[in-house]
Amino acid sequence: MMALATRIGAGLRSTLVDVGAAARLFGSLLARSPKALARFVLVREQVFYLGNRSLSIIGVSGLFVGFVLALQGYYTLQRYGSAEAVGLLVALSLVRELGPVVAALLFAGRAGTSLTAEIGLMKAGEQLTAMEMMAVDPVQRVLAPRFWGGFIAMPLLAAVFSAVGIIGGWLVAVPLIGIDAGAFWSQMQGGVDVFADVGNGVIKSLVFGVTVTFVALLQGYTCSPTPEGVSAATTRTVVLASLAVLALDFMLTALMFSI
Amino acid sequence: MQSSRYDAWVGFFVLIGGAALLFLALKAGNLLSLNFDETYQVSARFDNIGGLKARAAVKSAGVVVGRVESISFDDKTFQAKVVLNLHKATLFPKDSSAKILTAGLLGEQYIGLEPGAEEKNLASGDVIRQTQSAVVLENLIGQFINSKASDMGSAAPASGSKP
Repeated sequence: MMALATRIGAGLRSTLVDVGAAARLFGSLLARSPKALARFVLVREQVFYLGNRSLSIIGVSGLFVGFVLALQGYYTLQRYGSAEAVGLLVALSLVRELGPVVAALLFAGRAGTSLTAEIGLMKAGEQLTAMEMMAVDPVQRVLAPRFWGGFIAMPLLAAVFSAVGIIGGWLVAVPLIGIDAGAFWSQMQGGVDVFADVGNGVIKSLVFGVTVTFVALLQGYTCSPTPEGVSAATTRTVVLASLAVLALDFMLTALMFSI
Repeated sequence: MQSSRYDAWVGFFVLIGGAALLFLALKAGNLLSLNFDETYQVSARFDNIGGLKARAAVKSAGVVVGRVESISFDDKTFQAKVVLNLHKATLFPKDSSAKILTAGLLGEQYIGLEPGAEEKNLASGDVIRQTQSAVVLENLIGQFINSKASDMGSAAPASGSKP
């Protein structure tokens, strides 16, 4: 009984220590951001590594998600004689949910892991310590540009995902199934609100961009500097970032679309 | 300004992302049709608004001339008070009437405005006097059953008194 209480207490205390360390890292990241953003060339390089390099996987996944949404939506909607609403279904589900969420999950797998591994290896190779020795702040020089790179890249990737998905849905619905193109677009335009749906989707993707990038940076920065430590940290990045994105998505949806 | 060899590619990426956002806003969300026209507000009281919602269309002759701004309950008259935003460009006579109609069999509900004949036009803050409530399916069924029952009731004694 005593041992159980001790275990719970120790677990809670170490969790609190971790949360505190994460919050402090986040705070110092934000505090050093103005100086990091002043050297914007570093951020631009990170946008290239995180954004451009993820473009192909985001584009292809978006296309196939759009295909599948249109096909599945069509089979259900035509039972009720409203097959034209498939455009609305594809657009709303992509813009509100699937665009930001699936893009964030792919971003965690494609870009988050590489961030964690890169920073973890820098730590294992004592490069971060060497930087500190030379009075270069690793948070400002290494972490902050990556953070802002992810922050900029994520909403753009989510928008690309949704747009390509809608084009994919159009490809299946109009040329393949033969739904009237005018009805497809007009139903979509009648039901999608620019601010309530598209705007909230963009807000979601911004939140997910911060979440995924910060989880990846934190795991890399706090991993134990061994090969096993780096590999465990990379795994933790994917698991934690995905869970955080899904949980946050539920909360954001409940806040945004509750009426 | 430092430059790097990735600048062009990053520029491309940002342009593609911007184009995707623009596509979502214009093609899917139809931003261009958003009306930033000036409007004037009139209100109307209905006995029953059925499933009418805020932001529903106000149509006259099938053309959208405004939107429902808000719906509230008036506890003096026990009626629903509906505030309408009508476009400044469309003016209606003071004695116009408002009905709550349904688009299609199961479609969304909207307000239909029928122009009256008076010289003066509705101005901001006016109240539309003549209104017709939404058709509630349960009430219709209730009426139908009542009329059937009274038919049966009058028919039964007639047949019973025959022999």
